[in-house]
Amino acid sequence: MNLVQILRIAMRALARNKLRSALTMLGIIIGVAAVIAMVSVGQGAQQQAQDQIAAMGSNVLFVGSGAVSRGGMSMGWGATKSLVYDDMTAILHECPAIAAAAPGTTATAQVVYGNDNWNTRITGTEPQFFDIKVWNFQEGGPFLQADVESANNVAVIGETVRKNLFGATDPLGQTIRVNNLPFKVVGVLDLKGTSPMGDDQDDTIVLPVTTVQKKMNGQTWLRWIMVSAVSREASYAAQKQISAVLRDRHRIRAGQDDDFFVRNLADFAQLADEQSRLFTILLASIASISLVVGGIGIMNIMLVSVTERTREIGIRMAIGATEGDVQQQFLIEAIVLSLIGGAVGIALGLGASSTIANTLGWPVLVSSKAIVIAAVFSAAIGIFFGFYPARKAARLDPIDALRYE
Amino acid sequence: MATITQPGVDTGAGSRGAESIIRVTDVHKYYELGETRVHALRGVTVEVGRGDFVAIMGSSGSGKSTFMNILGCLDKPTTGQYYLEGIEVSSLDKKQLAAIRNRKIGFVFQGFNLLSRTTALENVELPTLYARVSREEGLQRSNEALDLVGLGDRKLHYPSQLSGGQQQRVAIARALVNRPAILLADEPTGNLDSRTSVEIVDVLQKLNDQGLTIVLVTHEPDIARFARRMIEFRDGKIRHDNPGTDRPVAAEILKNMPKVED
Repeated sequence: MNLVQILRIAMRALARNKLRSALTMLGIIIGVAAVIAMVSVGQGAQQQAQDQIAAMGSNVLFVGSGAVSRGGMSMGWGATKSLVYDDMTAILHECPAIAAAAPGTTATAQVVYGNDNWNTRITGTEPQFFDIKVWNFQEGGPFLQADVESANNVAVIGETVRKNLFGATDPLGQTIRVNNLPFKVVGVLDLKGTSPMGDDQDDTIVLPVTTVQKKMNGQTWLRWIMVSAVSREASYAAQKQISAVLRDRHRIRAGQDDDFFVRNLADFAQLADEQSRLFTILLASIASISLVVGGIGIMNIMLVSVTERTREIGIRMAIGATEGDVQQQFLIEAIVLSLIGGAVGIALGLGASSTIANTLGWPVLVSSKAIVIAAVFSAAIGIFFGFYPARKAARLDPIDALRYE
Repeated sequence: MATITQPGVDTGAGSRGAESIIRVTDVHKYYELGETRVHALRGVTVEVGRGDFVAIMGSSGSGKSTFMNILGCLDKPTTGQYYLEGIEVSSLDKKQLAAIRNRKIGFVFQGFNLLSRTTALENVELPTLYARVSREEGLQRSNEALDLVGLGDRKLHYPSQLSGGQQQRVAIARALVNRPAILLADEPTGNLDSRTSVEIVDVLQKLNDQGLTIVLVTHEPDIARFARRMIEFRDGKIRHDNPGTDRPVAAEILKNMPKVED
């Protein structure tokens, strides 16, 4: 008996009890649809996390002035004043794994343009900062190293600031007031989005580091140094090299705690990636429970069907069907049930995914992998839960089966 | 106990009786029913020649059904040998038995046992599917078999649209489609009225005249007398084994029977 004939027999048997077959399929349909929708949501989240990681910049390390303990009281990070501009110069010269570095100091300020004002974070740095963070400009460009050297009043603004201060006006060349000092806007940054830590990276103004230090916060030390390693692999070596250089420069003896910290953003990236992957697995496993329940439904119906059709099985055996033929027949029926259910479920899952994306605005990523997995899974469910009823049918004694009323 | 081959009542196929198609030697069959052991067959030895038409008779409990199941390869003897066309059937496994049932045996049952919601043609075609013959050949054979039993015009009818006699003809066609060595008919007329019964016997007689070996199980002496040879079972043994005398021809009797139109 070839596959076409087997399928025809299976389809006919299923068509005989249309409502029953449809209800049985419903379990698989819901299961597959749930798996696809949930995996899509999970993968959307994962993609978003990866995009955010990419947005943080390439192979970035973050050197911060660290916690220090004075008289038993531990101060939070940024409490020390030991991280200075010369540290950055030393790191650049002495660490071979490092490609670029930018200093950083921070402040918060009220920014005013015309009648609008906005409270935002101020970042004081050098032009390399934009390269290290891979942050492009929608308008204008970065301030220059010369602006840093002469502590000029020039500003680069983030998208959130632009939106709140300028609205429809073109900000380029306009003068804004930051803590009552006039600054000329030279560049507007591209939208960067939320960081994996959850803050709005676009809510910022970037100024030359010297301008902030001299005219705003009066600090001579740095809050942080942003470093890019020559490659992702080199970032771990860079971390060690920076540590060594800074411990030496800050005269920290062996056994004493660092007064700085070096954080590898690749670690954050991995963490965020792992979290969203875990999220996907969690969603998928919850959804697959319904798939298993659907499989049990198939098994249940197939068992009823075997009992109902005992006489048919007896006839088939009497005219020459082997155990294998009978088993195959019932197994194919179960597989056809679950595959049709799977196909409808995939369609429903795709629909659900796009509904989630449209109505809830969640990032949703329908991957072909999820569809393939769902299809394979539903076939596997059919085989797994169809096997026992099929075996039971095949094991019937033809004499008893023929006599069965 | 050994009564051997049977000279035919009329000639027909030339080699009739010369070669035994069924050879059963000292067959016993026990069933274990809980503590008790049921001894259904107690040493049956019989041979049936090619082209013979044997009626097996006996009351219920005589062992005739058990014997029929063994002949049909649905069951195996506990001890003793059964040769079907020279093949020792009692040594075969389940898969080989299925193949024997498929290719060498044609079954006709009392209750017709057709698949409902399946057309006459598809019912007849079923054994060819399990025999793995090509679809074209299977269809051709099925059509021929239905023509042979006189149902050429009802091929696409469902069993529920056919009378009992017509359903039994479909069952006969299905039994013939793989060109079996023997046709086993188990009370084929049990569910039919007397005229239809004779019609079915007529079909069987005509097939036998063409050389088909038939074993017919019945408890009706009126039906059994159409066979060439009558074997009577009692208490698990063969009690009588006689050639039929004054064997009637079903076609002749049909001419004189009142017609009941269905």
